Amino acid sequence: MRVLVTGASGLLGRAVVEQVRGAGHEVRTFQRRPSGLRGVQDVRGSITVPADVERAVVGTDAVVHLAAKVSLAGDPADFARVNVGGTANLLAAALRHDVARFVQVSSPSVAHTGLSIMGDGALPADPVHARGDYARSKAEAELLALGADSASLPVVAVRPHIVWGPGDTQLVARIVERARAGRLPLLGHGTALIDTTYVDNAASAIAAALERLGETDADGRPGGAVHGRAYVVTNGEPRPVAEMIAGICAAMGVPAPRWRVPAALARGAGGAVETLWRLRPGADEPPMTRFLAEQLSTAHWFDQRRTRADLRWQPTVSLDDGLARLAASARG
Amino acid sequence: MTPRLPGAAWATAPAELPPRGLAGLDHSFSRVVTVPQHGGGATTHSWHLLDNQDHLADLGVAPVGTVLCVHGNPTWSYLWRRLVRAATDAAAAGGPAWRVVAVDQLDMGFSARTGSPRPLARRIRDLGDLTDGLGLSGPVVTLGHDWGGVVSLGWAVDHPELLAGVALLNTAVHQPEDVPIPAPLRVALRPGVLGRVTVSTPAFLETTLALARPALDPAVKDGYRAPYREASRRGGIGGFVADIPAGPDHPSHAELRRVAQGVRGLDVPALLLWGPRDPIFGDRYLDDLVDRLPRADVHRFETAGHLVAEDVDYATATLTWLHEREVGTTSQVLAGGTPAGAPPDGDPPPAVPYRPLWHHLEAQHESTATALVEMAPPSGPAPRVVSWRLLSRRVHELAAGLRTIGVRPGDRVSLLVPPGADLTAVLYACLRIGAVVVVVDAGLGLRGLTRAVRGAWPDHVIGALPGLTAARALGWPGQRISTVPLPGPAARALGVSFSLADLSDLGQAALLSQGGGLPAEPSASDTAAVLFTSGSTGPAKGVVYTHAQLAAVCEALCAQYEIGPGTGLVAGFAPFALLAPALGARSVTPAMDVTSPKTLTASSVAAAAAAVDATVLFLSPAALANVVATAGALTRADHEALAGVRTFLSAGAPVPERLLAEAARLMPYAEPHTPYGMTEGLLMTDITLAGIRAATTGPGSDDGPGGVCVGVPTATTRVRVSALDGQGRAVGAPGTTPHVTGEIVVSAPHLKDHYDRLHLTDRVSRHGLAGDRWHRTGDVGHLDDHGRLWVEGRLAHVMVTADGVVTPVGLEQRVETVPGVVRAAVVGVGPRGTQQLVVVAETDPVARRVALAVPSVASAVRAAAGAPVAAVLVVPRLPTDVRHNSKIDRAHLSGWAGQVLAGGRVRQP
Repeated sequence: MRVLVTGASGLLGRAVVEQVRGAGHEVRTFQRRPSGLRGVQDVRGSITVPADVERAVVGTDAVVHLAAKVSLAGDPADFARVNVGGTANLLAAALRHDVARFVQVSSPSVAHTGLSIMGDGALPADPVHARGDYARSKAEAELLALGADSASLPVVAVRPHIVWGPGDTQLVARIVERARAGRLPLLGHGTALIDTTYVDNAASAIAAALERLGETDADGRPGGAVHGRAYVVTNGEPRPVAEMIAGICAAMGVPAPRWRVPAALARGAGGAVETLWRLRPGADEPPMTRFLAEQLSTAHWFDQRRTRADLRWQPTVSLDDGLARLAASARG
Repeated sequence: MTPRLPGAAWATAPAELPPRGLAGLDHSFSRVVTVPQHGGGATTHSWHLLDNQDHLADLGVAPVGTVLCVHGNPTWSYLWRRLVRAATDAAAAGGPAWRVVAVDQLDMGFSARTGSPRPLARRIRDLGDLTDGLGLSGPVVTLGHDWGGVVSLGWAVDHPELLAGVALLNTAVHQPEDVPIPAPLRVALRPGVLGRVTVSTPAFLETTLALARPALDPAVKDGYRAPYREASRRGGIGGFVADIPAGPDHPSHAELRRVAQGVRGLDVPALLLWGPRDPIFGDRYLDDLVDRLPRADVHRFETAGHLVAEDVDYATATLTWLHEREVGTTSQVLAGGTPAGAPPDGDPPPAVPYRPLWHHLEAQHESTATALVEMAPPSGPAPRVVSWRLLSRRVHELAAGLRTIGVRPGDRVSLLVPPGADLTAVLYACLRIGAVVVVVDAGLGLRGLTRAVRGAWPDHVIGALPGLTAARALGWPGQRISTVPLPGPAARALGVSFSLADLSDLGQAALLSQGGGLPAEPSASDTAAVLFTSGSTGPAKGVVYTHAQLAAVCEALCAQYEIGPGTGLVAGFAPFALLAPALGARSVTPAMDVTSPKTLTASSVAAAAAAVDATVLFLSPAALANVVATAGALTRADHEALAGVRTFLSAGAPVPERLLAEAARLMPYAEPHTPYGMTEGLLMTDITLAGIRAATTGPGSDDGPGGVCVGVPTATTRVRVSALDGQGRAVGAPGTTPHVTGEIVVSAPHLKDHYDRLHLTDRVSRHGLAGDRWHRTGDVGHLDDHGRLWVEGRLAHVMVTADGVVTPVGLEQRVETVPGVVRAAVVGVGPRGTQQLVVVAETDPVARRVALAVPSVASAVRAAAGAPVAAVLVVPRLPTDVRHNSKIDRAHLSGWAGQVLAGGRVRQP
């Protein structure tokens, strides 16, 4: 089977390509710059340009869609163009070219309205109440993708929660950078329980979802048990956020945060900073947004029973093993 | 009475259907029927009712009977909406099909406004007219609330041929002549007030709706208000209040008396569901109803009030009761019968010979040997020594005295007396005349005590000064008797009618007169005592024992520890102390503050031991810890006194091996034991210190879920385990298969009879067990290959993670092996089935505030736990029960940990 992987150059994309190839499939990638991956066919282009998307999709049997604008700040229109428009382009092309499986890589933030999440399953995406432009656009994209689910194009949404690992330019790099600069505060008491996903586990879950879409359900309908559904994927090992950040800092050899900002204050400050950034958009990311403050001061952990049963998947790298691998990579 | 209501009260209107869309009310149950008034010529009345007859017909099921529901004032059939729904749903689900007819009484709800007064007798006949008009055939179970309770009972008394059962929520059929009617009603009945509060304004309605605990949803309040929007709709509310028979001159007084007396003659199953937080129908009225319906199944919902139908799930309770008592079938099971379920196994319960509790007192009534010693009597600093002869005489005199002042067999007598000679004498006196003693652990605290005393509703209270002061201040019920003579003004102020000295004098006179002896002894199956649990594992519950069951406790103690005549017993633990005379043992009460056992010192224990040449010593674990801590003050003579002890027991909570071992060093010739039991069954298993060591270091001790080994069942006890399912529910058939974790189920002749006025709790404690001699303990554990029982925690504290069921105690023990961890609790956060485990620990050095454990401790705890642990929190102090300072309130802690780990405020647990 030939599988198109969009957004293959990121941390998770690279791992997904590896897993999909490992399962014996051919991989085609699609992004603006060369992927730098070996053994794959690169198609270069923009997800927002329908003709580029058309070229990427034609001749493939399945699509794993990871490409997205991931950022804590930015022009709301950009999020919509890339995340919603890009998904729409990809779905349209997939339908035209008889693609038989579509894995939408989404985010638990699509259903997060700011309250604590303690053991919930995958709640429906909520583009109205989701927090921040990224989450709102991803929610809309997920609804679009799951809405396109049909017998000819089974669709599944996979929502890995806080993916990290060696080479991570998002979470790990930011923590390290701020910790080095002494700019990494702890919000509240750092006791909020947060589940995360080691990159290899997220990738294997996505690969498993791709395989499950190739099955048929009891009525003989393609897409097996998983089509039309969304699954949150995590390590299933929630930790207090302070402990998790300290673990990453220790693995990366940087000092753990020492000073504390009350969570409510951080939320307020985050909101103010967000507004300022909107007035004077710059290349840099704001140091704190309301979304980030909420993410780091409220619990986020999920019921993984259905995910594991339906995807027939288990994480293979524990939190401790993952931190050990991170430490090994940091030592070079 | 009629002139007292405004003109609007006499408006007339036909019945109508309620508006659609009232919260929780299915409009399809509503119907209007018109029936003639019997003997009223052409007079007819139209009624609104809720009726599921058509729904049952649509389901194609024939009703097994009818529940006839009668609301009170100022509600309407809306009160019963949940029952109509639940009964219909149960029938649809294949359960027994009960027709539910819930009426709006005339002038009330959406029934007709008749324009004429409807006193109680009229209302009872009205209801009969309706059931005649409906052609209602049996069996019928009446269900009434408030004044609807009286009307429903009136109908019940008048229709014995149809009646299959009666059920009541807060109501009353009798007003004692020496007790004024409840204050809120007195106010409403004042001239000039009645019409204003009931008819012209909705004040009475609104006040009633405000009584719900918790508060009613605004939409539900609107449901209750719907038929009473204008003054012309509220005449019935005023009429009802005016019809309250406030005194013997009232026109409805005779009818109320007729009903109240008729109730005594009802021989059908009865159910009383009660909300004690009711300013109108308090526990006094429940007690009266229990007296009239002695075989009723009674449940007091501790937190519920007048609108008990809104406060708790009365509908399920009622339908379950109908089913279990087989109401309406030919083989009705009256209370005390055998609920359905399979017997755990075929062995017959071991037979125990019955000897009355006063057996030794009678046998030794000439003996000058010491029966008991009180080290710190209220009378002075010197110990008080009481011989068998004196104790026996005093019991006789007090028994006769109690009879003289009117204490009857079956009367409840609350004993608020500290342990000692007075308590012992008065306890046996009560037992001897067949009065039921109510014993409340002082460790409950004043609030717990008040709840317990109100719940048990004693007829008499015997107390020392602190107890009587509390009784007066908190309005506890019952005739009051003081342990010491009080000066007249003090006695009057406290409402005390007699002192124990008065009783002795009266008793002496009675015994001497007309050759008078004591009345006939109560029988073995009569109720002897209501013991209140400590409440450390939930709200205080009254546990009822018969004479035979209390006697069996003595037999069990005698068999297990050879306590009997010749034994010298130091009684530092109340339940067993009281039984010493029944065992024939000489006992001593050490100098201690009973409300705070942890203040008992080693020197006090040694002095007590010396006073009776002690061979057996009983201490609570909290007392034991302090005795060990104060052992440094022991003199050589003290040590010698303690060296005489042969058997040493500590019970009430798990005792750590280390503590037991330290105590054993003070008593070199004693075998330390720690029995396992509960107020419901005081001695279920036993283990010695050597046994504990063998269990924890022997082969196989490291396997499985761990827990505290409490040894093997005592001679007459059977222990079974009801296995937990994947959701942590104890659903398995009770068995003895080793290494199966489940709820611990026990049987013994010395087990409790039932819970007092807690019918639903009683059901849970016997669920799925045939025979009335089995009890679900609420503890979880397992049996091992040697038949030893291991306790793994409370059923309510079982956690269910994605990997399965986890019990707390074994995990906590493993965590407590981590250096720096002094005491740990394991709790679950998140939804059952996908809970995360959290360790909450006390550390050495003590944490100054709540925080996450430092990384080294957290990883050591995770490594030791043997199950995935999401978070490790350290706290200055874990919340424990007051009484034992050892039972951790894991339910509270779980809620607290959930908040902290959700990112909420971090405060002390």
